[in-house]
Amino acid sequence: MHPILGTIIQRLLLGLVTLFFVSLIIFSSVEFLPGDFTQAILGQAATEDTVAAFRAELGLDKPAYIRYFDWIGAVAQGDLGYSFSGRSASGIDRSRAVVDLVAPRLGNTLFLAGMAAIVSVPLALVLGITAALYRNSFYDRSVNAVTLTTISFPEFFLAYLLILFLASLWPVFPSLANVNSETELIDRIYKCVLPALTLTLVIVAHMMRMTRAAIINLLASPYIEMSQLKGLSKAKVIMRHALPNAWAPIATVIAFNLAYLVVGVVVVEVVFVYPGIGQLMVDAVTTRDIPVVQACALIFATTYILLNLTADIIGIVTNPRLLHPR
Amino acid sequence: MTDKPQAYSAATEVSQIRERRTWVQIAKIELKKAPYSAWFGLIVIAIYLFVAIFAPLLAPHGEAEIFPASFAPWGGDFVFGTDQIGRDIFSRLIYGARNTIGIALATTLLSFAIGGSLGLIAAISGGWLDQLLSRFVDVLMAIPGLIFALMLLTIFGSSILSLIMIIAVLDSTRVFRLTRSVSVSVVVMDYVEAAKLRGEKLGWIMRREILPNIMPPLIAEFGLRFSFVFLTIAALSFLGLGIQPPTADWGSMVRDNASMIQFAKYDLTAALTPMIPAGAIALLTVAVNFVVDWFLHITSGLNDEH
Repeated sequence: MHPILGTIIQRLLLGLVTLFFVSLIIFSSVEFLPGDFTQAILGQAATEDTVAAFRAELGLDKPAYIRYFDWIGAVAQGDLGYSFSGRSASGIDRSRAVVDLVAPRLGNTLFLAGMAAIVSVPLALVLGITAALYRNSFYDRSVNAVTLTTISFPEFFLAYLLILFLASLWPVFPSLANVNSETELIDRIYKCVLPALTLTLVIVAHMMRMTRAAIINLLASPYIEMSQLKGLSKAKVIMRHALPNAWAPIATVIAFNLAYLVVGVVVVEVVFVYPGIGQLMVDAVTTRDIPVVQACALIFATTYILLNLTADIIGIVTNPRLLHPR
Repeated sequence: MTDKPQAYSAATEVSQIRERRTWVQIAKIELKKAPYSAWFGLIVIAIYLFVAIFAPLLAPHGEAEIFPASFAPWGGDFVFGTDQIGRDIFSRLIYGARNTIGIALATTLLSFAIGGSLGLIAAISGGWLDQLLSRFVDVLMAIPGLIFALMLLTIFGSSILSLIMIIAVLDSTRVFRLTRSVSVSVVVMDYVEAAKLRGEKLGWIMRREILPNIMPPLIAEFGLRFSFVFLTIAALSFLGLGIQPPTADWGSMVRDNASMIQFAKYDLTAALTPMIPAGAIALLTVAVNFVVDWFLHITSGLNDEH
């Protein structure tokens, strides 16, 4: 078997194990709830029958490990359970399926994150690589200073700065990104400009600095110096010698920042009242709606793990030392 | 054989120890060479600390004192006006420095206590304990921090104590990784081996042999972790899930007054009101980052740090 295949399978298995433990942690959040939480959800007037029925629906009469397998099996089939909200003491159940709550919002979040990623990934790579090549120049220093400052800003500060200048003082873009399923694509893009711009500013700063560091690290290695000393042109040094080894760090940088985007999206969605999954999660945390929180956490964590796994695998597949084993 | 009076002797040279510089002297020398950005950072941090410590003396009004005029304009009795229920923004900014910085500092210290000691134990003992702790930390780090914090806050509720505990535990994973990776190379040194052989206890080896040798990266990390924790708490408070009212805090002040930005065209000062606490958060993180950059520069001797 090719050595790369073995390494990749090993990584995939490791990712699966991580996912298993993460799902275990997310599942066990129900275990830590206080014993009388059913009363808090159903109200003080809940009869014993209603409470018992609700506990049975949650499976609290079964041992924890059976409940875990029931839960993870249902999740695998796309059933994320029912929300805690909409329940009443009289036993009338108006709760909605978590999938119906999550699905449309997940689409919105992916749209916003995608929009930010399409702009920021190429921009950050170009900025980072050029800053590394023209190191310590005025250009490098100014890009560095600007990005160090934007990294230090909280996301909501950047967001409100943009709103102040681009939506309030000069009303070019709307400050509320209230899209729904009927919104036309052009209109949707127009409404998402400010949230996407906020995310872009944050991501570009991180990604550019990491790319620059990775490239500088690479250019300092002996084989690059060797290729320069034997008189190769600058373009050839970069294309033939530096780039094959640079794919792995660059892929890591991109995946890491896309994963960062997943988290950054929460605050930005709340600022712009964007109907995404981040805002859903914040609302669910406020009302302590555990099934929704679990679903959102599972989605965020899975995306995060998958992105990091992809970066790992790209790093392995493009590694010249592994591609040509002795 | 003639006796040379000026004969070289290694013993005499070694015995003439040059006077050692105290750390105050070293700090003075380094401060003279410090770049403007580091000076800026140090001065900003000093001002914030001063405000945080002497908050009750500096604030013109009480932290949660409510006046009849809500959304009062700037100037007069209220320097930056009042908020939606008539609390003086300027006083809340000053008390906010105390609460926000204090909580972030307590969290960072706790996370270093947990992550640092576990990291040291993992590096010294090695074996299955090291494997167990490292894999556990890997799993914890596979969940994005903010999402994990949100989940735990759902279960335990938002109180200051649970906020500090949750973020400290989540953040200690990164401290653990760093401490473990820097001390693994120190643990194999001969002087540690010697200490083990002469029968020193684990705690003594940690404190006296390893800790002094891994201090510089840990101090730099402390600055970075502090600004990270500070931003996380600010973000959580902004989302309404962190520090709860009536405790004054910058993140929730931004949230409470955010709608005033819409009036920028009619009254710029009103629009700036929510920007002040947000800017205060940003300024402190910028300052800490500048100082950490400078510190890394002098301790590592590197010209380039990402």
